[in-house]
Amino acid sequence: MTETLVQEPGTEPVKPSRPSGEPLLVVDELTKHFPVRSGMFGKTGLVRAVDGVSFSVQPGETLGLVGESGCGKTTTGRMLVRLLEPTSGKITFEGKDISHAKGAGLRQLRQDMQIIFQDPYASLNPRHTVGRIVAMPLQVNGINPPGGVKKRVQELLELVGLNPEHYNRYPHEFSGGQRQRIGVARALALKPKIIVADEPVSALDVSIQAQVINLLRGLQRDLDLAFVFIAHDLAVVRHFCQRIGVMYLGKLVEIGDRNSIYERPAHPYTRALLSAVPDVTKMGASGRIRLEGDVPTPLNPPSGCRFRTRCWKAQEICATQEPPLTIKPNGTTAACHFPEEGAIK
Amino acid sequence: MTAPASAPNSPTTTDKDPYLRVNDLRVQFPTEDGVVKAVDGVSFSVERGKTLGIVGESGSGKSVTSLTIMGLHNTKRARISGEILVGGRNVVGMTEEQTRRLRGRDMAMIFQDPLSALHPYYKVGAQIAEAYKVHHPNASKAEAKKRAVDMLGRVGIPQPARRADSYPHEFSGGMRQRAMIAMALVNDPDLLIADEPTTALDVTVQAQILDLLEDLQREFNSAIIMITHDLGVVAQVADEVLVMYGGRAVEFGTVEQVMRRPQHPYTWGLLASVPSLHGDSDADLVPIKGNPPSLINLPTGCAFHPRCRYAGRNGDRSFTEVPELHQVLERGHLVACHLSEADRTKFYAEDIAPSAGVAQ
Amino acid sequence: MVRFITRRVLVGVATIIAISIIVFGLFFAVPSSPAKVMCGKNCDPASIAAVETRLGLREPIVEQYTSFMKGVFVGRTYAPGTAFERQCDAPCLGYSFRNDEPVTAILKRTVPVTISIVVGAAILWLLIGVSLGMISALRRGTLFDKIAIGISLTGASMQVFFFGLILLYGLVYATGWLDFPSYTPFTENPLKWAQGLILPWVTLGFLNSAIYARLSRAQMLETLSEDYVRTARAKGLPLGRVYTKHALRAAITPIVTIAGLDIGASLGGTFITETIFGLRGLGKETVEAVNFLNLPIVVATVLLAAVFIVVANLIVDLLYAVIDPRVRLS
Ligand SMILES: Nc1ncnc2c1ncn2[C@@H]1O[C@H](COP(=O)(O)OP(=O)(O)OP(=O)(O)O)[C@@H](O)[C@H]1O
Ligand SMILES: Nc1ncnc2c1ncn2[C@@H]1O[C@H](COP(=O)(O)OP(=O)(O)O)[C@@H](O)[C@H]1O
Ligand code: SF4
Ligand code: SF4
Ligand SMILES: [Mg+2]
Ligand SMILES: [Mg+2]
Repeated sequence: MTETLVQEPGTEPVKPSRPSGEPLLVVDELTKHFPVRSGMFGKTGLVRAVDGVSFSVQPGETLGLVGESGCGKTTTGRMLVRLLEPTSGKITFEGKDISHAKGAGLRQLRQDMQIIFQDPYASLNPRHTVGRIVAMPLQVNGINPPGGVKKRVQELLELVGLNPEHYNRYPHEFSGGQRQRIGVARALALKPKIIVADEPVSALDVSIQAQVINLLRGLQRDLDLAFVFIAHDLAVVRHFCQRIGVMYLGKLVEIGDRNSIYERPAHPYTRALLSAVPDVTKMGASGRIRLEGDVPTPLNPPSGCRFRTRCWKAQEICATQEPPLTIKPNGTTAACHFPEEGAIK
Repeated sequence: MTAPASAPNSPTTTDKDPYLRVNDLRVQFPTEDGVVKAVDGVSFSVERGKTLGIVGESGSGKSVTSLTIMGLHNTKRARISGEILVGGRNVVGMTEEQTRRLRGRDMAMIFQDPLSALHPYYKVGAQIAEAYKVHHPNASKAEAKKRAVDMLGRVGIPQPARRADSYPHEFSGGMRQRAMIAMALVNDPDLLIADEPTTALDVTVQAQILDLLEDLQREFNSAIIMITHDLGVVAQVADEVLVMYGGRAVEFGTVEQVMRRPQHPYTWGLLASVPSLHGDSDADLVPIKGNPPSLINLPTGCAFHPRCRYAGRNGDRSFTEVPELHQVLERGHLVACHLSEADRTKFYAEDIAPSAGVAQ
Repeated sequence: MVRFITRRVLVGVATIIAISIIVFGLFFAVPSSPAKVMCGKNCDPASIAAVETRLGLREPIVEQYTSFMKGVFVGRTYAPGTAFERQCDAPCLGYSFRNDEPVTAILKRTVPVTISIVVGAAILWLLIGVSLGMISALRRGTLFDKIAIGISLTGASMQVFFFGLILLYGLVYATGWLDFPSYTPFTENPLKWAQGLILPWVTLGFLNSAIYARLSRAQMLETLSEDYVRTARAKGLPLGRVYTKHALRAAITPIVTIAGLDIGASLGGTFITETIFGLRGLGKETVEAVNFLNLPIVVATVLLAAVFIVVANLIVDLLYAVIDPRVRLS
């Protein structure tokens, strides 16, 4: 990926988040196919959950992955942290090929890469105290921080805005937002370089969601963490990510820096997605792009461009030739034969 | 809160009689831990052809309010008082048989998760036909079926005659919600309650469903209550907005009033918390501190005071006295807050208006 | 659908073959020779050899197994070319080591007993257990519910032999209200058939009713809290229709599954019930055969039990597909 981040003049100092050096994480043609049997009597098929996705993340950079349900965001995220084995493709972390890392290599990787899950209720063991939950990664990896485990855990709790005295409490004593903070503390325990966050705020109420977004933003800035931030809420992603990738039916259809993606996206799908968001600042539904129909099944995706069944600009070539990801005049990298130009009205 | 002070009697609505009128509704559930005051003195009204948006965080009493209007609570388990006038008839205190006759015919409801709300074992068409038949006992099976197919076509299901014979699991999420809407509208109800109808759907599908509801409302001229926690959805579809907190109404007004000139600190907090597609993306969001209250043990005075930046700006009334809804600024704009008019205007101008979330 | 049935039948056949091999193998691992057992105390090697020849026990085990399978499907000839030669027509399951009676004849006598016990009891426990459970779910928290829960808790914690013996003592020995259970074929005299089996039915039926009542109550309560039940009410359906058409159908599905498997398993033999009430059913026959190392009967009864279970599984799967469209081929 070669797009450049448009740095607005006069904003914060340039972070070490841009191309200067080696990318932290490079994903190349990552693919995951699940063999499935539909129903009890069905024949077997192949769910093309993720189909040749490529992107890279610089140290300290935040990349957002957005798209509708089932487009492969979670599957991608799980492959990155190696909770799922990729069907094909390559994941490179700090120059090392980790696509099929095992044993010691995987353990080292688990220290550098952490994941935060969507459901703050299901992801914490209800029978363990908060202290034990947060200390778990340290213990599993046999790490004894200076000052002891307990001190480190209390520091972590404080870092995520929880009272260190909550050390001996159980998860059910906490609200959804607080539980998500516990999950964040656990993820930070090993001082990772990158965190994959899969819909970390989707299950939370708006007021609590804002608290957690602010927390993550602060941590990202202070600890210079890289993030792969998965979400379906475009407004949330806009507030958190410097660069955004848009996925549709297992494919990355557009990727670019925040301003280009939100102000002048090239891919028709990105435009449709943005215009569908009911925004608090916008009254009524005027000027909206109406997409017809539903997302097709990943068991049998359309030929050529996968968006063509719902695209208002589709031509014959869209059915026969898959559009490659190329840099478009607007500055983003998009996969479309007839990219949009100019700013969104 | 005294009922007559609120919207129903405001001059804007005198020429048309509202179809639904809720007066001082209270719903309590006795539980082992104590009494849950799920709804605590709420009043509002909705006219035919208009949409009332009810917003609030989870647990603020939105669903309980809607289920109470539909008479779906177990009267043995829930203590209900107040008045719910549906086309002039008070639903509170009606027998099960009396409310049953209204349900599905005069008032209908669609739910958040259309997959679990449809019966997995029956064909979609049959489920809709059943809803028709129960209120049209003289209709033949074929008539009911035809009506079901008609409705499926009206809500935009392609090849409705064929898809009527599908089971819910064979539909996509958006089609299921369309089917739910077809079922709710099959008897031309005058009141439609939609409880988070698009929360489980993707944005592009959500947009389709909201458009559909708007089109159908124009066609059927029904009153709609749109319950949601998404302020964007409210801004898009509502004519009037009711903001709920801790089982009470804290702000009521037209969508312009509530979304563009909000006057309650909680509404301010909500709007400042919501990330937007416009405005400064580098600015931090301004969350409301703390967590929503427990409805068993509501804070004294204004239930919002532990989270409110402005609590205490008016002596200790916020801590001791429950604020009543009263009119501010404009006619029909009601707010339950002790702040003085001057203070409110000042805080709004200084702290709120410049921030991202408020509609421009 | 056809493919599904074929696949399941094939899997079932494979299961039964595997079981038959295991049972065959196990009994040959037992050191003492059945021929010795049969021939009595003072037995010279020559007569043992004769018995072994007659029963075909001198052949290698693999051959014995294949001849057995051949016998089941096409019939076989025992000890061909010797003085003991005899023809056994399909389905041939061999002869009892004890009294040379054909195993098929034994099965013909014992299987109807077990089927009669199980079918009668199952009707009882399904009718009583399921309706009790459903009614208490609909009246949760009422006195009826509490009593029903109490009874089913008691029933579920009781053992068959304990409850059976109490009944036997109370209704037969102490009061003489009922005759001691006996088996009369249904075709001979239906009334006597039912009279003779009433005690085992009540015993088995009551205990299983307790279990099924708890199960159905839990299922029904879960179903009543489903969103689609709320939808049915929101449509304006009368409560009766909501309960029967919408809730009951969904609640009953898992019960059908469990009942099918339970009945299938019981058909393989209800040893304790049969023993308490002195009925010669499949269960009693099997246990006795095991004690006597009566290999042909053990193999036959174990295989038959396996067939019952496999068939019950198949029926349950098919029923499931009929009831729940989600598992049907789309
Ligand atoms: N273990 C699995 N077996 C079969 N299919 C799977 C499996 N896991 C995921 N899928 C399918 O792969 C596709 C992508 O799933 P994924 O969970 O990555 O979507 P997502 O973008 O995270 O969606 P959401 O927004 O709903 O979380 C979906 O069609 C999903 O049904
Ligand atoms: N049947 C019930 N028994 C006890 N408490 C209930 C019951 N139904 C709802 N509640 C409580 O009432 C409050 C309001 O719930 P609800 O109206 O569902 O909130 P929401 O605004 O998210 O729709 C919650 O605290 C909820 O736990
Ligand atoms: S390639 Fe064709 S179908 Fe695909 S998005 Fe572009 S115009 Fe639409
Ligand atoms: S009454 Fe007081 S605490 Fe409540 S919203 Fe107004 S200022 Fe805040
Ligand atoms: Mg996901
Ligand atoms: Mg709700």
